[in-house]
Amino acid sequence: MSFYAFIGALEQGLVYGLMVLGVYLTFRILDFPDLTVDGSLPLGAAVSSVCIGAGMDPYLSLVPATLAGFCAGAVTGLLNTRLKILHLLASILTMIALYSINIRIMGRPNFTLLGKSTVLDSLTAFGLPSSMAGTCLFAAFTVSAALALIWFTRTELGQAMLATGDNPRMITALGVNTGNMIVLGVGLSNALVALCGALVAQNQGAADVNMGVGTIVAGLASVIIGETLLGQGRISRMIIAAVLGSVAYRLAIALALGVKLGEFSFSPSDLNLITAFIVVAALTAPRLKRKMAR
Amino acid sequence: MLTLKNITKRFHKGSVNEVLALNDVNLDIRQGDFIAVIGSNGAGKSTTLNCIAGGFFPDQGSITLDGADITAWPEYKRARFIGRVFQDPLMGSAASLTIEENMALADRRGKPRGLSLGVKSKDRARYRELLSQIGLGLEDRLKDKVGLLSGGQRQSLTMIMATMVRPEILLLDEHTAALDPKTAAQVLELTQRIVDTHKLTTLMVTHNMNHALRQGNRLIMMHQGSVFLDIEGEQKERFSVEDLLERFYTLKGEEFSSDKMLLV
Repeated sequence: MSFYAFIGALEQGLVYGLMVLGVYLTFRILDFPDLTVDGSLPLGAAVSSVCIGAGMDPYLSLVPATLAGFCAGAVTGLLNTRLKILHLLASILTMIALYSINIRIMGRPNFTLLGKSTVLDSLTAFGLPSSMAGTCLFAAFTVSAALALIWFTRTELGQAMLATGDNPRMITALGVNTGNMIVLGVGLSNALVALCGALVAQNQGAADVNMGVGTIVAGLASVIIGETLLGQGRISRMIIAAVLGSVAYRLAIALALGVKLGEFSFSPSDLNLITAFIVVAALTAPRLKRKMAR
Repeated sequence: MLTLKNITKRFHKGSVNEVLALNDVNLDIRQGDFIAVIGSNGAGKSTTLNCIAGGFFPDQGSITLDGADITAWPEYKRARFIGRVFQDPLMGSAASLTIEENMALADRRGKPRGLSLGVKSKDRARYRELLSQIGLGLEDRLKDKVGLLSGGQRQSLTMIMATMVRPEILLLDEHTAALDPKTAAQVLELTQRIVDTHKLTTLMVTHNMNHALRQGNRLIMMHQGSVFLDIEGEQKERFSVEDLLERFYTLKGEEFSSDKMLLV
């Protein structure tokens, strides 16, 4: 793997780390498998791009993008808790609805940021090479988000959310409305995913309605790889593991894409197949390890 | 203080599995009552407790607390004045959180939860003191995950958690049934101690007639979703296990024989 491929993978791993933190929040903390992310990632991208297109400051455009993501997640949460639709189905419904909404927001299936300034320009203006600018900026975003999430899990509200995922009956008996916790948690999760989408769009110079396909699988793969690498432990450790898992996942993908066997090489469209393999491997690794130990 | 009036509840309404779980239950719980609730399986004991806690809404009837109608209050809202211990020792605490985190959660029962730290360092001394009362050494394990504790330890912790914020009423749903006899006795003793100290109004479901007769000032027996025996004070003290069994079998239409004493 070349240095540029490595930096590229690192950059991807860091920016998608925000999304992985969101997936960790729903999947592991709330025990709520949430497919909304496949729609809220392009939602964040669309909102941010359209705002920039209308002349908004690229940093400021992250705010409406993040809020839009929160709303999308909250809708899934409300479908599940108020209308009693199965969580998985509720999230799929929001996801497909977002497909139409994203095209409405952009007015067409994609929106280019050609010639517009993005968050990366603020760093390249300092003379940082553009290949490094993304890595530094995304590292700052993802590390701050991870720290904020760790802090949140230690607050009264965050603890109530952890307990909602762990033992809903107990925390209800202690006076917490678990429905509200789920709406808030899925909302926060999708806010992170939409923020990730906005940064990805600014980084690649365009938003596309299909850019979210496979987000949940990549997110799950990253969470599971992180857990396999760092093992179980305190919440703070697991949150750091999620970010590391995201980087490891993108590196693994970059390695796989670089493999050449005679005539054969992988193409980017094989990504989903490779991801599925990685998830299966990561899921079975702990069991295999135990078997080997015996 | 808490009054159940004409409470009726059918589960699985309209299906072949329809059951009349509560049939016109009337119960007036007074301040300071310690009521033991007995009855056979399916008699409606746990359902009554669950009805008070708000696990479901009755088809008919009303629940009032100090004169206020709370029939339509959701479970989480009623938690403000109710402390609960479940039959399943795993039910009352969150396994992936530490002892102190669980206690901090219980410490805010019925209070708003915001963005200040969950476990505050100024509270640790109080948590330690509360835990030292149960004499299981948990006071030195504040940072251990609750999932590491045994059933008896978890049930004792739940007992403490349910009463950290003084509840108007304490609901114990066969909370010693899943424990071995020795641990059950310890948890029961702890229960009595906590109830006495805080002068708690308590409803305790039990299968053990000895416990039911020995503990509390009042005893009710349920059958087929109704309360059919409600005794207290001296009347209760005159009752023996044999008397209870006789009542019980007359009710079921079976002959009472002393053989059945073996089951006690």
